[in-house]
Amino acid sequence: MNTSETSSAPVEGTPRTRVVLVDDHRMFRTGVRAEIGEAVEVVGEADDVASAVAVVTETRPEVVLLDVHLPGGGGVEVLRRCASLIPAVRFLALSVSDAAEDVIGVIRGGARGYVTKSITGDELIRAIGRVGEGDAVFSPRLAGFVLDAFAATDVPPIDEDLDRLTQREREVLRLIARGYAYKEIARRLVISVKTVETHVSAVLRKLQLSNRHELTRWATDRRLV
Amino acid sequence: MTAVYPPPAAPNRPVHPTPKLRRAASHRFAGGVARGLAEHLGVEVVVLRVAFVALAFFAGLGVVLYAAFWIFVPQSVGTAAPPSRERGRERHQALALIIVLIAATMLTGLGTDTDTGSGDWLWPLLVAGPGVILLWRQADESQRQRWFSLDGRSRVAGWLRALIGATLVVAGLIFFSLGRGGIGDALAAMRGAGLLLVGLLVIFGPYLLRQTRELGAERRARIRAQERAEVAAHVHDSVLHTLTLIQRQVEDPREVARLARAQERELRAWLYRPDGEEPDRTFAAALRGVAAEVEDAHGVSIEIVCVGDCPVDDRLSALIAAAREAMVNAAKYAGGAAISVFGEADEDTVTVFVRDRGPGFDPDAVPADRLGVRESVLGRMRRNGGAANIRSEPGEGTEVELEMRRADAGRSAVGRTNT
Repeated sequence: MNTSETSSAPVEGTPRTRVVLVDDHRMFRTGVRAEIGEAVEVVGEADDVASAVAVVTETRPEVVLLDVHLPGGGGVEVLRRCASLIPAVRFLALSVSDAAEDVIGVIRGGARGYVTKSITGDELIRAIGRVGEGDAVFSPRLAGFVLDAFAATDVPPIDEDLDRLTQREREVLRLIARGYAYKEIARRLVISVKTVETHVSAVLRKLQLSNRHELTRWATDRRLV
Repeated sequence: MTAVYPPPAAPNRPVHPTPKLRRAASHRFAGGVARGLAEHLGVEVVVLRVAFVALAFFAGLGVVLYAAFWIFVPQSVGTAAPPSRERGRERHQALALIIVLIAATMLTGLGTDTDTGSGDWLWPLLVAGPGVILLWRQADESQRQRWFSLDGRSRVAGWLRALIGATLVVAGLIFFSLGRGGIGDALAAMRGAGLLLVGLLVIFGPYLLRQTRELGAERRARIRAQERAEVAAHVHDSVLHTLTLIQRQVEDPREVARLARAQERELRAWLYRPDGEEPDRTFAAALRGVAAEVEDAHGVSIEIVCVGDCPVDDRLSALIAAAREAMVNAAKYAGGAAISVFGEADEDTVTVFVRDRGPGFDPDAVPADRLGVRESVLGRMRRNGGAANIRSEPGEGTEVELEMRRADAGRSAVGRTNT
């Protein structure tokens, strides 16, 4: 019933996205490879932090599907060690955990998106495509966390334009949290899909770089740090 | 023959046995010795306090006794704090007794003993005594807990008190050595004592250090083992049982899915949710609870996102009930498609969106006798001062939007509109 949304899947004929799979469960890697192997090119697999760094450095894929919980320090550690590669190689976190500290942790580490393992194959392919093009991918839950993190009303006036989400960005996030696809958001707000993606990327940038005060306080309130 | 009844128990006899000898945790001025003894013996505290002070004049017997009790009698834990008026009175009483003690020693001690030389220790004792009391109070368990608590202010106060105590003790010692001779003698004595202290530290230091380290390591190991045991118990109680149930019901995929979903939700809540969150008392928790019920009852999967939180009042209960109805409708008519629920609580309004990807329907075409949407969702929201909006287009799914002003914010708004 969702077939009307497959138009953003890679167009036939274009080179397939090169992907590395990082997960410590072989069964899961096999499953993901079976689901997405048609649409993307899986160029490597890794099952812990050290092998992930080695494989990513060697193969230079476009997108890395990164598990959050890994032996040897977790996905955040992989991001830290691959920091020099980050603009060229995009990381998409794929985890069974939707705990706030995991999500915010890898996003701040430099991942371009976060999806949970309950995602369907089609949606995962679309997410890989979007991340590969440099856009951010937010699951509704991640959008909820971000809204929560930025929701504080008594904001310190420093860096205001950098720290605060704009009204539009907030609107876009709220629609994502409500379960809308990017295309539906675009139709609803009467903007292009590209603009939606720009807003989402802006949110991601703010999340990674700037909102020190709010995020720290938010995390402290929840006893995450 | 007449039956002989045992004599009735004496009514004025206390039913409970005498409490064990423990130092009081509350109601205390210095160590809680007098209060503890008073409770043990069933006498008034004042009597004991006066007795201790009186005994102090027999070569300091009272002080020695008090110190002995303080050292050897364990402290009781967790007695309720007394009302503050009572505490104030106690404090005054204790202070008065201490002043009496000091005044009396000054009169008797100074008046009679200066020429014999035994008066020399009285002044140092008067200075060092409060210092010792301060330090020992600090080491008492209840105090120590406060000392190491995360509250910055009480920790600073603790260190300050320890510093004052130590200063008083050292000052007392200096007074003592000064009384024995000139300032040169005093300095020599202090130097000697210092050297001795350093020597002792060098000899016993490593041993002490090792002891502390081992103690810390042992404590960590014990905590780790406890946590492990708790995780194991939880996994055994819930996850393994569910897996067993699933193995037994392989023929019923619906039931298997229901069990798996319920277990996943439960495990997630246990693993990821902060401890402080009280179930069903807040908006977010209540909404999650309702979603879980609908998931279980209808065998659907609901993705729920909550932003912000607030306590639940009557109007929010109505909102949650309406949201539940919307979820049930989605579960019934969306044909198993994904259902997303988004709840947001900001300062003055609470909104809930329930969205499904089902076939959708025309809200105006719903027959008048169908009460689900009309009464349980729209009507309920209207009656409680909220608003509901249903968007549905064939092929696009359905979204129910529920909005309610928060009572605390609503009050001022109502006031404004009325005037």
